[in-house]
Amino acid sequence: MGWFEKKVDTEAIVPDAIWQVCPSCKAHIMKDEWVKNIKVCPKCNYHDRMGCRERIKLLIDDGTFREFNDHIVPSDPLNFSDAKGPYAEKAAATVKKLGISESVITGSGNIGNTRVVIAVMDFRFLGGSLASGTGEKILLAVEHAIRFKRPFIMLSASGGARMHEGIISLMQMAKTCAAVSKLEKAGLPYISILTDPTTGGVSASFALIGDVNIAEPGTLIGFAGRRVIEQTIKQKLPKDFQTAEYLKTHGFVDHIVERKNMKSFLENLLSYRLK
Amino acid sequence: MDFDFEAPLEELKEKIKLLDEKAAAGDATASSKAAQLRKKLEAQTARIYSTLEPWDKVQLARHPGRPTITRYSKEMCDDFIEIHGDRVFGDDPAMLCGFARIGDQRFMLIGHRKGDTVEQNIEYNFGMANPEGYRKAMRAMHLAEKWHLPVVTMVDTSGAFPGLEAEARGQAEAIGRNLMEMAALETPILTIVTGEGGSGGALGIAVGDRILMLENAVYSVISPEGCASILWRDGTKAPEAAKALHITSSDLAELKVIDGIIPEPVGGAHSHPEATMENVKAAIISNLKELEKVSASHLTENRYKKFAAIGRFN
Repeated sequence: MGWFEKKVDTEAIVPDAIWQVCPSCKAHIMKDEWVKNIKVCPKCNYHDRMGCRERIKLLIDDGTFREFNDHIVPSDPLNFSDAKGPYAEKAAATVKKLGISESVITGSGNIGNTRVVIAVMDFRFLGGSLASGTGEKILLAVEHAIRFKRPFIMLSASGGARMHEGIISLMQMAKTCAAVSKLEKAGLPYISILTDPTTGGVSASFALIGDVNIAEPGTLIGFAGRRVIEQTIKQKLPKDFQTAEYLKTHGFVDHIVERKNMKSFLENLLSYRLK
Repeated sequence: MDFDFEAPLEELKEKIKLLDEKAAAGDATASSKAAQLRKKLEAQTARIYSTLEPWDKVQLARHPGRPTITRYSKEMCDDFIEIHGDRVFGDDPAMLCGFARIGDQRFMLIGHRKGDTVEQNIEYNFGMANPEGYRKAMRAMHLAEKWHLPVVTMVDTSGAFPGLEAEARGQAEAIGRNLMEMAALETPILTIVTGEGGSGGALGIAVGDRILMLENAVYSVISPEGCASILWRDGTKAPEAAKALHITSSDLAELKVIDGIIPEPVGGAHSHPEATMENVKAAIISNLKELEKVSASHLTENRYKKFAAIGRFN
Protein backbone atom coordinates (compact mmCIF):
# COMPACT_ATOMS: atom_id res chain seq x y z
CA MET A 1 0.00 0.00 0.00
CA GLY A 2 2.98 2.29 -0.39
CA TRP A 3 1.46 4.09 -3.35
CA PHE A 4 1.41 7.45 -1.58
CA GLU A 5 5.17 7.62 -1.60
CA LYS A 6 5.55 6.36 -5.12
CA LYS A 7 3.18 8.78 -6.79
CA VAL A 8 5.13 10.32 -9.64
CA ASP A 9 3.43 12.86 -11.81
CA THR A 10 5.87 13.41 -14.61
CA GLU A 11 3.83 16.24 -16.03
CA ALA A 12 4.14 18.12 -12.78
CA ILE A 13 7.91 17.75 -12.76
CA VAL A 14 8.44 19.20 -16.24
CA PRO A 15 5.22 21.05 -16.99
CA ASP A 16 6.14 23.15 -20.00
CA ALA A 17 9.50 21.73 -20.81
CA ILE A 18 10.46 20.82 -24.32
CA TRP A 19 12.07 17.65 -23.05
CA GLN A 20 10.50 14.66 -21.44
CA VAL A 21 12.78 12.56 -19.31
CA CYS A 22 11.91 8.88 -19.54
CA PRO A 23 11.21 7.73 -15.96
CA SER A 24 12.85 4.40 -16.74
CA CYS A 25 15.95 4.90 -18.91
CA LYS A 26 16.31 8.66 -18.21
CA ALA A 27 16.67 9.40 -21.92
CA HIS A 28 15.68 12.93 -22.94
CA ILE A 29 12.91 12.77 -25.51
CA MET A 30 11.33 15.73 -27.30
CA LYS A 31 7.98 16.37 -25.70
CA ASP A 32 6.21 16.31 -29.06
CA GLU A 33 7.66 12.94 -29.83
CA TRP A 34 6.75 11.64 -26.36
CA VAL A 35 3.12 12.66 -26.86
CA LYS A 36 3.03 11.36 -30.43
CA ASN A 37 4.42 8.09 -29.14
CA ILE A 38 1.50 7.90 -26.64
CA LYS A 39 3.81 8.24 -23.63
CA VAL A 40 5.91 5.25 -24.58
CA CYS A 41 9.67 5.75 -24.55
CA PRO A 42 11.04 5.32 -28.11
CA LYS A 43 14.39 4.30 -26.61
CA CYS A 44 13.45 1.65 -24.03
CA ASN A 45 9.73 0.97 -24.69
CA TYR A 46 8.81 2.06 -21.15
CA HIS A 47 5.05 2.53 -20.95
CA ASP A 48 4.45 5.61 -18.83
CA ARG A 49 1.29 6.03 -16.77
CA MET A 50 -1.66 7.65 -18.50
CA GLY A 51 -4.77 9.53 -17.44
CA CYS A 52 -8.15 7.85 -17.90
CA ARG A 53 -9.40 10.28 -20.57
CA GLU A 54 -6.26 9.73 -22.65
CA ARG A 55 -6.93 6.00 -22.46
CA ILE A 56 -10.55 6.40 -23.60
CA LYS A 57 -9.35 8.47 -26.53
CA LEU A 58 -6.89 5.78 -27.44
CA LEU A 59 -9.32 2.85 -27.29
CA ILE A 60 -12.78 4.17 -28.10
CA ASP A 61 -13.85 5.47 -31.52
CA ASP A 62 -14.00 9.25 -31.72
CA GLY A 63 -17.27 10.77 -30.65
CA THR A 64 -18.85 7.53 -29.46
CA PHE A 65 -18.02 7.63 -25.74
CA ARG A 66 -20.89 8.34 -23.39
CA GLU A 67 -19.87 8.72 -19.77
CA PHE A 68 -21.92 7.24 -16.91
CA ASN A 69 -22.47 8.50 -13.39
CA ASP A 70 -20.02 11.39 -13.28
CA HIS A 71 -22.03 12.70 -10.33
CA ILE A 72 -20.63 9.96 -8.10
CA VAL A 73 -17.88 11.56 -6.03
CA PRO A 74 -15.99 10.25 -2.97
CA SER A 75 -17.97 9.86 0.27
CA ASP A 76 -16.52 10.01 3.72
CA PRO A 77 -18.35 7.30 5.68
CA LEU A 78 -15.84 7.31 8.56
CA ASN A 79 -15.38 11.09 8.83
CA PHE A 80 -11.71 10.26 8.39
CA SER A 81 -8.76 12.48 9.24
CA ASP A 82 -5.08 11.65 9.26
CA ALA A 83 -1.86 13.56 9.94
CA LYS A 84 -2.45 15.64 6.82
CA GLY A 85 -6.01 16.63 7.68
CA PRO A 86 -9.53 15.62 6.68
CA TYR A 87 -9.97 13.10 3.87
CA ALA A 88 -13.07 14.93 2.62
CA GLU A 89 -11.01 18.02 1.77
CA LYS A 90 -8.30 16.03 0.08
CA ALA A 91 -10.85 14.11 -2.00
CA ALA A 92 -12.72 17.25 -3.04
CA ALA A 93 -9.45 18.92 -4.07
CA THR A 94 -8.52 15.87 -6.15
CA VAL A 95 -11.87 15.89 -7.96
CA LYS A 96 -11.41 19.57 -8.75
CA LYS A 97 -7.81 19.23 -9.84
CA LEU A 98 -8.27 16.24 -12.15
CA GLY A 99 -11.77 16.93 -13.43
CA ILE A 100 -12.89 13.35 -12.82
CA SER A 101 -15.38 12.39 -10.14
CA GLU A 102 -13.65 9.32 -8.74
CA SER A 103 -10.66 7.03 -9.31
CA VAL A 104 -12.51 5.44 -12.24
CA ILE A 105 -14.50 6.75 -15.16
CA THR A 106 -17.08 4.51 -16.79
CA GLY A 107 -19.19 4.64 -19.91
CA SER A 108 -20.07 3.01 -23.18
CA GLY A 109 -18.48 3.47 -26.57
CA ASN A 110 -17.52 1.78 -29.80
CA ILE A 111 -14.46 -0.28 -30.58
CA GLY A 112 -14.83 -0.82 -34.30
CA ASN A 113 -18.05 -2.77 -34.79
CA THR A 114 -18.67 -3.50 -31.15
CA ARG A 115 -20.40 -1.34 -28.60
CA VAL A 116 -18.73 -2.01 -25.25
CA VAL A 117 -18.99 -0.85 -21.67
CA ILE A 118 -15.64 0.33 -20.37
CA ALA A 119 -14.25 1.37 -16.99
CA VAL A 120 -10.87 3.06 -16.74
CA MET A 121 -9.06 3.72 -13.49
CA ASP A 122 -6.76 6.69 -13.00
CA PHE A 123 -3.71 6.35 -10.79
CA ARG A 124 -3.48 10.13 -10.32
CA PHE A 125 -6.71 10.00 -8.30
CA LEU A 126 -5.44 9.11 -4.79
CA GLY A 127 -3.30 6.33 -6.22
CA GLY A 128 -6.21 4.91 -8.19
CA SER A 129 -7.51 3.63 -4.89
CA LEU A 130 -10.67 1.53 -4.70
CA ALA A 131 -13.30 3.16 -2.51
CA SER A 132 -17.09 3.36 -2.30
CA GLY A 133 -17.52 5.69 -5.29
CA THR A 134 -15.16 3.56 -7.39
CA GLY A 135 -16.96 0.33 -6.51
CA GLU A 136 -20.37 1.85 -7.13
CA LYS A 137 -19.37 3.20 -10.55
CA ILE A 138 -17.93 -0.15 -11.58
CA LEU A 139 -21.00 -2.06 -10.36
CA LEU A 140 -23.37 0.28 -12.21
CA ALA A 141 -21.28 -0.03 -15.38
CA VAL A 142 -21.42 -3.83 -15.19
CA GLU A 143 -25.17 -3.72 -14.62
CA HIS A 144 -25.48 -1.53 -17.73
CA ALA A 145 -23.41 -4.04 -19.71
CA ILE A 146 -25.74 -6.83 -18.58
CA ARG A 147 -28.88 -4.86 -19.41
CA PHE A 148 -27.70 -4.08 -22.95
CA LYS A 149 -25.72 -7.33 -23.44
CA ARG A 150 -22.41 -5.57 -24.02
CA PRO A 151 -18.90 -6.87 -23.38
CA PHE A 152 -17.26 -5.27 -20.35
CA ILE A 153 -13.72 -3.94 -20.52
CA MET A 154 -11.92 -2.97 -17.32
CA LEU A 155 -8.64 -1.04 -17.27
CA SER A 156 -7.07 -1.21 -13.83
CA ALA A 157 -4.47 1.17 -12.35
CA SER A 158 -4.44 1.14 -8.59
CA GLY A 159 -2.42 0.86 -5.41
CA GLY A 160 -5.30 -0.99 -3.75
CA ALA A 161 -8.18 -0.24 -1.41
CA ARG A 162 -8.48 3.33 -0.09
CA MET A 163 -7.66 3.34 3.62
CA HIS A 164 -9.62 6.53 4.28
CA GLU A 165 -12.91 4.70 3.79
CA GLY A 166 -11.77 1.75 5.89
CA ILE A 167 -13.90 -1.40 5.80
CA ILE A 168 -16.24 0.18 3.23
CA SER A 169 -13.33 0.20 0.77
CA LEU A 170 -12.49 -3.42 1.54
CA MET A 171 -16.11 -4.38 0.84
CA GLN A 172 -15.86 -2.84 -2.63
CA MET A 173 -13.65 -5.79 -3.56
CA ALA A 174 -16.54 -8.14 -2.82
CA LYS A 175 -19.04 -5.78 -4.42
CA THR A 176 -17.19 -5.47 -7.74
CA CYS A 177 -16.54 -9.22 -7.89
CA ALA A 178 -20.22 -9.90 -7.23
CA ALA A 179 -20.89 -7.75 -10.29
CA VAL A 180 -18.35 -9.76 -12.30
CA SER A 181 -20.10 -12.97 -11.23
CA LYS A 182 -23.30 -11.60 -12.77
CA LEU A 183 -21.47 -10.94 -16.06
CA GLU A 184 -20.26 -14.51 -15.89
CA LYS A 185 -23.79 -15.80 -15.40
CA ALA A 186 -25.05 -13.62 -18.26
CA GLY A 187 -22.36 -15.11 -20.51
CA LEU A 188 -20.93 -11.74 -21.40
CA PRO A 189 -17.24 -11.20 -22.16
CA TYR A 190 -15.11 -9.65 -19.44
CA ILE A 191 -11.75 -8.37 -20.64
CA SER A 192 -9.38 -7.13 -17.98
CA ILE A 193 -6.51 -4.86 -18.97
CA LEU A 194 -3.86 -4.34 -16.31
CA THR A 195 -1.89 -1.11 -16.45
CA ASP A 196 0.87 0.17 -14.23
CA PRO A 197 0.44 -0.37 -11.33
CA THR A 198 -2.24 -2.91 -10.45
CA THR A 199 -1.65 -3.99 -6.88
CA GLY A 200 -3.25 -4.75 -3.51
CA GLY A 201 -7.01 -4.97 -3.30
CA VAL A 202 -7.58 -4.32 -6.99
CA SER A 203 -5.28 -7.15 -8.04
CA ALA A 204 -7.05 -9.34 -5.46
CA SER A 205 -10.51 -8.59 -6.78
CA PHE A 206 -11.62 -7.86 -10.35
CA ALA A 207 -8.28 -7.31 -12.13
CA LEU A 208 -7.09 -10.90 -12.49
CA ILE A 209 -10.40 -12.69 -13.06
CA GLY A 210 -11.07 -11.58 -16.63
CA ASP A 211 -12.03 -14.06 -19.34
CA VAL A 212 -8.86 -12.74 -20.89
CA ASN A 213 -6.26 -10.81 -18.88
CA ILE A 214 -4.12 -8.39 -20.87
CA ALA A 215 -1.29 -6.23 -19.59
CA GLU A 216 0.88 -3.46 -20.96
CA PRO A 217 4.61 -4.28 -21.00
CA GLY A 218 6.41 -3.79 -17.71
CA THR A 219 3.24 -3.29 -15.66
CA LEU A 220 3.68 -3.81 -11.94
CA ILE A 221 1.12 -6.41 -10.82
CA GLY A 222 1.05 -7.91 -7.35
CA PHE A 223 -0.84 -8.50 -4.16
CA ALA A 224 1.66 -7.57 -1.46
CA GLY A 225 4.23 -4.79 -1.68
CA ARG A 226 7.80 -5.68 -2.57
CA ARG A 227 9.17 -4.27 0.69
CA VAL A 228 6.66 -6.17 2.83
CA ILE A 229 7.58 -9.43 1.09
CA GLU A 230 11.32 -8.81 1.46
CA GLN A 231 10.85 -8.10 5.16
CA THR A 232 8.69 -11.19 5.62
CA ILE A 233 10.84 -13.74 3.83
CA LYS A 234 14.18 -11.99 4.37
CA GLN A 235 15.28 -12.61 0.80
CA LYS A 236 16.01 -10.45 -2.20
CA LEU A 237 13.37 -10.78 -4.88
CA PRO A 238 14.06 -11.48 -8.56
CA LYS A 239 14.34 -8.39 -10.73
CA ASP A 240 11.31 -9.17 -12.88
CA PHE A 241 9.20 -10.08 -9.81
CA GLN A 242 5.59 -8.84 -10.08
CA THR A 243 5.98 -7.55 -13.64
CA ALA A 244 3.43 -8.30 -16.36
CA GLU A 245 6.01 -10.62 -17.93
CA TYR A 246 6.44 -12.53 -14.62
CA LEU A 247 2.66 -12.90 -14.30
CA LYS A 248 2.45 -14.21 -17.87
CA THR A 249 5.18 -16.79 -17.22
CA HIS A 250 3.30 -17.89 -14.10
CA GLY A 251 0.02 -18.22 -15.96
CA PHE A 252 -2.00 -15.26 -14.74
CA VAL A 253 -1.81 -12.92 -17.73
CA ASP A 254 -2.77 -14.13 -21.21
CA HIS A 255 -1.13 -11.51 -23.31
CA ILE A 256 1.21 -8.56 -23.11
CA VAL A 257 0.13 -5.97 -25.62
CA GLU A 258 1.90 -2.74 -26.47
CA ARG A 259 -0.09 0.41 -26.10
CA LYS A 260 -0.04 1.23 -29.78
CA ASN A 261 -1.55 -2.15 -30.62
CA MET A 262 -4.12 -2.32 -27.82
CA LYS A 263 -7.14 -1.10 -29.76
CA SER A 264 -6.64 -3.35 -32.76
CA PHE A 265 -5.93 -6.27 -30.43
CA LEU A 266 -9.23 -5.68 -28.63
CA GLU A 267 -11.11 -5.31 -31.89
CA ASN A 268 -9.74 -8.61 -33.12
CA LEU A 269 -10.32 -10.38 -29.82
CA LEU A 270 -13.93 -9.22 -29.63
CA SER A 271 -14.54 -10.58 -33.14
CA TYR A 272 -14.18 -14.10 -31.69
CA ARG A 273 -17.39 -13.72 -29.77
CA LEU A 274 -19.84 -15.29 -32.14
CA LYS A 275 -23.05 -14.64 -30.26
CA MET B 1 -1.53 -9.83 33.25
CA ASP B 2 -2.23 -9.92 29.55
CA PHE B 3 -2.93 -6.26 28.81
CA ASP B 4 -2.03 -2.82 30.11
CA PHE B 5 -5.68 -1.95 30.50
CA GLU B 6 -6.00 -4.79 33.02
CA ALA B 7 -3.40 -3.21 35.37
CA PRO B 8 -5.99 -1.87 37.85
CA LEU B 9 -7.22 -5.43 38.36
CA GLU B 10 -3.84 -6.80 39.37
CA GLU B 11 -3.88 -5.46 42.93
CA LEU B 12 -7.30 -6.99 43.58
CA LYS B 13 -6.26 -10.33 42.12
CA GLU B 14 -3.18 -10.33 44.35
CA LYS B 15 -5.30 -9.63 47.46
CA ILE B 16 -7.75 -12.38 46.59
CA LYS B 17 -4.89 -14.81 46.18
CA LEU B 18 -3.53 -14.00 49.67
CA LEU B 19 -6.98 -14.27 51.23
CA ASP B 20 -7.55 -17.60 49.51
CA GLU B 21 -4.33 -18.91 51.03
CA LYS B 22 -5.45 -17.76 54.49
CA ALA B 23 -8.87 -19.29 53.94
CA ALA B 24 -7.27 -22.56 52.97
CA ALA B 25 -5.38 -22.47 56.28
CA GLY B 26 -8.74 -22.26 58.11
CA ASP B 27 -9.33 -18.48 58.43
CA ALA B 28 -13.12 -18.11 58.09
CA THR B 29 -13.20 -14.30 57.82
CA ALA B 30 -10.62 -14.44 55.02
CA SER B 31 -12.94 -16.62 52.99
CA SER B 32 -15.87 -14.19 53.21
CA LYS B 33 -13.55 -11.26 52.46
CA ALA B 34 -12.27 -13.05 49.39
CA ALA B 35 -15.81 -13.56 48.17
CA GLN B 36 -16.49 -9.84 48.54
CA LEU B 37 -13.37 -8.92 46.62
CA ARG B 38 -14.31 -11.37 43.87
CA LYS B 39 -17.54 -9.51 43.32
CA LYS B 40 -15.63 -6.27 43.21
CA LEU B 41 -13.16 -7.75 40.72
CA GLU B 42 -15.99 -8.91 38.50
CA ALA B 43 -17.59 -5.48 38.53
CA GLN B 44 -14.31 -3.74 37.76
CA THR B 45 -13.53 -6.16 34.94
CA ALA B 46 -16.94 -5.52 33.45
CA ARG B 47 -16.42 -1.79 33.69
CA ILE B 48 -12.98 -1.94 32.06
CA TYR B 49 -14.17 -4.23 29.28
CA SER B 50 -17.12 -2.01 28.49
CA THR B 51 -14.93 1.02 27.90
CA LEU B 52 -12.12 -0.49 25.82
CA GLU B 53 -10.48 1.61 23.11
CA PRO B 54 -10.25 0.21 19.56
CA TRP B 55 -6.52 -0.37 20.02
CA ASP B 56 -7.24 -2.44 23.17
CA LYS B 57 -9.59 -4.57 21.09
CA VAL B 58 -6.84 -5.12 18.53
CA GLN B 59 -4.76 -6.62 21.33
CA LEU B 60 -7.69 -8.76 22.48
CA ALA B 61 -8.45 -9.94 18.95
CA ARG B 62 -4.85 -11.10 18.55
CA HIS B 63 -4.64 -12.85 21.94
CA PRO B 64 -3.28 -16.39 21.48
CA GLY B 65 -5.67 -17.69 24.14
CA ARG B 66 -8.78 -16.99 22.07
CA PRO B 67 -10.38 -20.19 20.77
CA THR B 68 -8.83 -21.17 17.45
CA ILE B 69 -10.69 -22.97 14.69
CA THR B 70 -8.98 -26.18 15.81
CA ARG B 71 -10.77 -25.86 19.15
CA TYR B 72 -14.07 -24.91 17.53
CA SER B 73 -13.84 -27.98 15.30
CA LYS B 74 -12.98 -30.32 18.18
CA GLU B 75 -14.79 -28.85 21.17
CA MET B 76 -17.76 -26.94 19.77
CA CYS B 77 -18.57 -29.48 17.06
CA ASP B 78 -19.80 -32.99 17.82
CA ASP B 79 -18.08 -34.34 14.72
CA PHE B 80 -15.52 -33.05 12.25
CA ILE B 81 -14.03 -34.68 9.15
CA GLU B 82 -11.18 -32.61 7.78
CA ILE B 83 -10.58 -32.45 4.04
CA HIS B 84 -7.16 -31.66 2.62
CA GLY B 85 -5.73 -29.99 -0.44
CA ASP B 86 -6.71 -27.76 -3.34
CA ARG B 87 -6.31 -30.64 -5.85
CA VAL B 88 -3.80 -28.55 -7.80
CA PHE B 89 -0.78 -27.62 -5.71
CA GLY B 90 -1.02 -28.87 -2.16
CA ASP B 91 -2.58 -28.63 1.27
CA ASP B 92 -2.34 -25.34 3.13
CA PRO B 93 -2.37 -25.92 6.89
CA ALA B 94 -3.24 -22.23 7.43
CA MET B 95 -6.77 -22.96 6.18
CA LEU B 96 -8.87 -25.61 7.87
CA CYS B 97 -11.78 -27.13 5.95
CA GLY B 98 -14.07 -30.01 6.73
CA PHE B 99 -17.48 -31.55 7.31
CA ALA B 100 -18.79 -30.49 10.70
CA ARG B 101 -21.79 -31.39 12.84
CA ILE B 102 -23.38 -29.81 15.89
CA GLY B 103 -26.29 -31.99 17.04
CA ASP B 104 -28.33 -32.53 13.87
CA GLN B 105 -26.96 -29.48 12.12
CA ARG B 106 -24.44 -30.46 9.47
CA PHE B 107 -22.34 -27.88 7.64
CA MET B 108 -19.00 -27.23 5.92
CA LEU B 109 -16.62 -25.48 8.29
CA ILE B 110 -13.90 -23.36 6.70
CA GLY B 111 -11.50 -20.97 8.38
CA HIS B 112 -8.07 -19.57 8.97
CA ARG B 113 -6.07 -21.69 11.38
CA LYS B 114 -3.89 -20.07 13.99
CA GLY B 115 -2.08 -22.36 16.39
CA ASP B 116 -2.68 -22.92 20.09
CA THR B 117 1.07 -23.24 20.69
CA VAL B 118 4.18 -21.65 19.19
CA GLU B 119 5.01 -24.90 17.39
CA GLN B 120 1.53 -25.08 15.90
CA ASN B 121 1.69 -21.44 14.88
CA ILE B 122 4.88 -22.10 12.95
CA GLU B 123 3.29 -25.16 11.33
CA TYR B 124 0.15 -23.18 10.41
CA ASN B 125 2.07 -20.08 9.28
CA PHE B 126 0.29 -18.00 11.98
CA GLY B 127 -2.98 -18.34 10.09
CA MET B 128 -1.67 -16.58 6.99
CA ALA B 129 -2.90 -18.60 4.03
CA ASN B 130 -1.24 -19.14 0.66
CA PRO B 131 -3.15 -19.27 -2.66
CA GLU B 132 -3.70 -23.03 -2.26
CA GLY B 133 -5.45 -22.26 1.04
CA TYR B 134 -7.95 -19.97 -0.66
CA ARG B 135 -8.39 -22.50 -3.46
CA LYS B 136 -8.95 -25.32 -0.96
CA ALA B 137 -11.58 -23.15 0.74
CA MET B 138 -13.33 -22.59 -2.59
CA ARG B 139 -13.19 -26.28 -3.37
CA ALA B 140 -14.80 -27.01 -0.01
CA MET B 141 -17.52 -24.44 -0.75
CA HIS B 142 -18.34 -25.98 -4.13
CA LEU B 143 -18.46 -29.38 -2.46
CA ALA B 144 -20.89 -27.99 0.11
CA GLU B 145 -23.01 -26.56 -2.70
CA LYS B 146 -23.12 -29.97 -4.39
CA TRP B 147 -24.06 -31.77 -1.19
CA HIS B 148 -26.58 -29.08 -0.18
CA LEU B 149 -24.68 -28.25 2.97
CA PRO B 150 -24.55 -24.73 4.36
CA VAL B 151 -21.12 -23.13 4.77
CA VAL B 152 -19.73 -21.56 7.93
CA THR B 153 -16.53 -19.57 7.51
CA MET B 154 -14.45 -18.42 10.47
CA VAL B 155 -12.16 -15.48 9.89
CA ASP B 156 -9.03 -15.11 11.99
CA THR B 157 -5.97 -13.89 10.12
CA SER B 158 -3.64 -10.93 10.07
CA GLY B 159 -3.78 -11.25 6.27
CA ALA B 160 -2.99 -13.45 3.30
CA PHE B 161 0.68 -14.49 3.36
CA PRO B 162 2.95 -11.94 1.67
CA GLY B 163 5.57 -14.26 0.20
CA LEU B 164 7.45 -14.76 -3.03
CA GLU B 165 5.84 -18.10 -3.78
CA ALA B 166 2.41 -16.86 -2.77
CA GLU B 167 2.74 -14.20 -5.46
CA ALA B 168 4.12 -16.65 -8.00
CA ARG B 169 1.16 -18.97 -7.44
CA GLY B 170 -1.34 -16.13 -7.73
CA GLN B 171 -2.38 -14.92 -4.29
CA ALA B 172 -4.31 -12.04 -5.84
CA GLU B 173 -6.06 -14.24 -8.40
CA ALA B 174 -7.00 -16.82 -5.78
CA ILE B 175 -8.66 -14.23 -3.55
CA GLY B 176 -10.35 -12.44 -6.45
CA ARG B 177 -11.78 -15.69 -7.78
CA ASN B 178 -13.13 -16.59 -4.33
CA LEU B 179 -14.91 -13.23 -4.14
CA MET B 180 -16.52 -13.84 -7.52
CA GLU B 181 -17.48 -17.47 -6.91
CA MET B 182 -18.72 -16.97 -3.36
CA ALA B 183 -21.07 -14.28 -4.66
CA ALA B 184 -22.79 -16.90 -6.81
CA LEU B 185 -22.59 -19.93 -4.51
CA GLU B 186 -25.98 -21.61 -4.28
CA THR B 187 -25.87 -22.59 -0.64
CA PRO B 188 -26.06 -20.49 2.54
CA ILE B 189 -22.86 -18.87 3.79
CA LEU B 190 -22.51 -17.74 7.40
CA THR B 191 -19.32 -15.83 8.19
CA ILE B 192 -18.04 -15.25 11.72
CA VAL B 193 -15.03 -13.03 12.39
CA THR B 194 -13.68 -14.72 15.51
CA GLY B 195 -10.45 -12.79 15.98
CA GLU B 196 -8.49 -10.76 13.46
CA GLY B 197 -10.15 -9.81 10.19
CA GLY B 198 -7.10 -8.76 8.21
CA SER B 199 -7.93 -7.16 4.86
CA GLY B 200 -8.18 -9.15 1.61
CA GLY B 201 -6.92 -12.28 3.32
CA ALA B 202 -9.97 -12.17 5.57
CA LEU B 203 -12.42 -11.17 2.86
CA GLY B 204 -11.29 -14.09 0.66
CA ILE B 205 -13.56 -16.39 2.74
CA ALA B 206 -16.00 -13.77 4.03
CA VAL B 207 -18.58 -13.11 1.32
CA GLY B 208 -21.42 -14.30 3.54
CA ASP B 209 -25.21 -14.04 3.55
CA ARG B 210 -24.82 -13.20 7.22
CA ILE B 211 -21.66 -11.74 8.68
CA LEU B 212 -21.21 -11.84 12.45
CA MET B 213 -18.36 -10.75 14.66
CA LEU B 214 -17.35 -11.82 18.12
CA GLU B 215 -17.60 -8.81 20.39
CA ASN B 216 -13.86 -8.18 20.68
CA ALA B 217 -12.91 -9.15 17.14
CA VAL B 218 -11.67 -6.54 14.67
CA TYR B 219 -12.05 -6.31 10.88
CA SER B 220 -10.09 -3.83 8.81
CA VAL B 221 -8.91 -2.86 5.34
CA ILE B 222 -5.33 -2.59 6.69
CA SER B 223 -3.64 -3.21 10.03
CA PRO B 224 -3.60 -0.12 12.27
CA GLU B 225 0.21 -0.30 12.26
CA GLY B 226 0.34 -0.35 8.46
CA CYS B 227 -2.12 2.51 8.16
CA ALA B 228 -0.23 4.57 10.74
CA SER B 229 3.08 4.07 8.97
CA ILE B 230 1.59 5.18 5.64
CA LEU B 231 -0.83 7.96 6.57
CA TRP B 232 0.87 9.20 9.76
CA ARG B 233 4.35 8.15 8.65
CA ASP B 234 4.77 6.83 12.18
CA GLY B 235 3.99 3.24 13.17
CA THR B 236 3.56 4.23 16.82
CA LYS B 237 0.40 6.13 15.89
CA ALA B 238 -1.37 2.77 15.48
CA PRO B 239 -3.83 3.48 18.34
CA GLU B 240 -4.96 6.64 16.52
CA ALA B 241 -5.23 4.76 13.23
CA ALA B 242 -7.23 1.98 14.94
CA LYS B 243 -9.76 4.56 16.03
CA ALA B 244 -9.91 6.36 12.68
CA LEU B 245 -10.37 3.12 10.72
CA HIS B 246 -13.54 2.03 12.60
CA ILE B 247 -12.62 -1.62 13.05
CA THR B 248 -14.52 -2.84 16.12
CA SER B 249 -17.65 -4.99 16.03
CA SER B 250 -19.85 -2.07 17.13
CA ASP B 251 -18.30 0.20 14.46
CA LEU B 252 -19.02 -2.35 11.74
CA ALA B 253 -22.56 -2.95 12.97
CA GLU B 254 -23.15 0.78 12.83
CA LEU B 255 -21.75 0.92 9.29
CA LYS B 256 -24.10 -1.98 8.41
CA VAL B 257 -21.20 -4.08 7.16
CA ILE B 258 -21.99 -6.85 9.65
CA ASP B 259 -25.33 -8.29 10.68
CA GLY B 260 -24.73 -9.08 14.32
CA ILE B 261 -22.37 -9.27 17.27
CA ILE B 262 -21.80 -12.45 19.26
CA PRO B 263 -21.21 -11.46 22.89
CA GLU B 264 -18.09 -12.54 24.74
CA PRO B 265 -18.12 -13.29 28.48
CA VAL B 266 -16.79 -10.48 30.67
CA GLY B 267 -13.03 -10.68 30.59
CA GLY B 268 -12.93 -11.69 26.92
CA ALA B 269 -12.83 -14.91 24.89
CA HIS B 270 -9.28 -15.69 25.98
CA SER B 271 -10.38 -15.78 29.65
CA HIS B 272 -13.48 -17.87 29.00
CA PRO B 273 -12.97 -19.91 25.82
CA GLU B 274 -15.63 -22.54 26.64
CA ALA B 275 -18.36 -20.01 27.29
CA THR B 276 -17.35 -18.14 24.13
CA MET B 277 -17.64 -21.30 22.06
CA GLU B 278 -21.12 -21.88 23.51
CA ASN B 279 -22.17 -18.43 22.29
CA VAL B 280 -20.72 -19.10 18.84
CA LYS B 281 -22.46 -22.46 18.71
CA ALA B 282 -25.83 -20.87 19.50
CA ALA B 283 -25.27 -18.25 16.80
CA ILE B 284 -24.41 -20.90 14.20
CA ILE B 285 -27.50 -22.98 14.99
CA SER B 286 -29.95 -20.09 14.92
CA ASN B 287 -28.52 -18.39 11.83
CA LEU B 288 -28.24 -21.56 9.75
CA LYS B 289 -31.80 -22.47 10.66
CA GLU B 290 -32.99 -19.17 9.19
CA LEU B 291 -30.71 -19.22 6.14
CA GLU B 292 -31.71 -22.77 5.22
CA LYS B 293 -35.30 -21.62 4.73
CA VAL B 294 -34.29 -19.38 1.82
CA SER B 295 -34.30 -20.79 -1.73
CA ALA B 296 -30.99 -20.88 -3.62
CA SER B 297 -32.02 -18.23 -6.13
CA HIS B 298 -33.19 -15.86 -3.40
CA LEU B 299 -30.00 -16.48 -1.45
CA THR B 300 -27.69 -15.40 -4.27
CA GLU B 301 -29.91 -12.47 -5.21
CA ASN B 302 -30.04 -11.26 -1.60
CA ARG B 303 -26.29 -11.72 -1.26
CA TYR B 304 -25.73 -9.63 -4.37
CA LYS B 305 -28.01 -6.89 -3.08
CA LYS B 306 -26.35 -6.95 0.32
CA PHE B 307 -22.88 -6.27 -1.09
CA ALA B 308 -24.13 -3.93 -3.80
CA ALA B 309 -25.64 -1.76 -1.06
CA ILE B 310 -22.37 -1.34 0.84
CA GLY B 311 -20.87 2.01 -0.04
CA ARG B 312 -23.92 3.45 -1.75
CA PHE B 313 -23.91 6.96 -0.36
CA ASN B 314 -24.55 9.28 -3.27
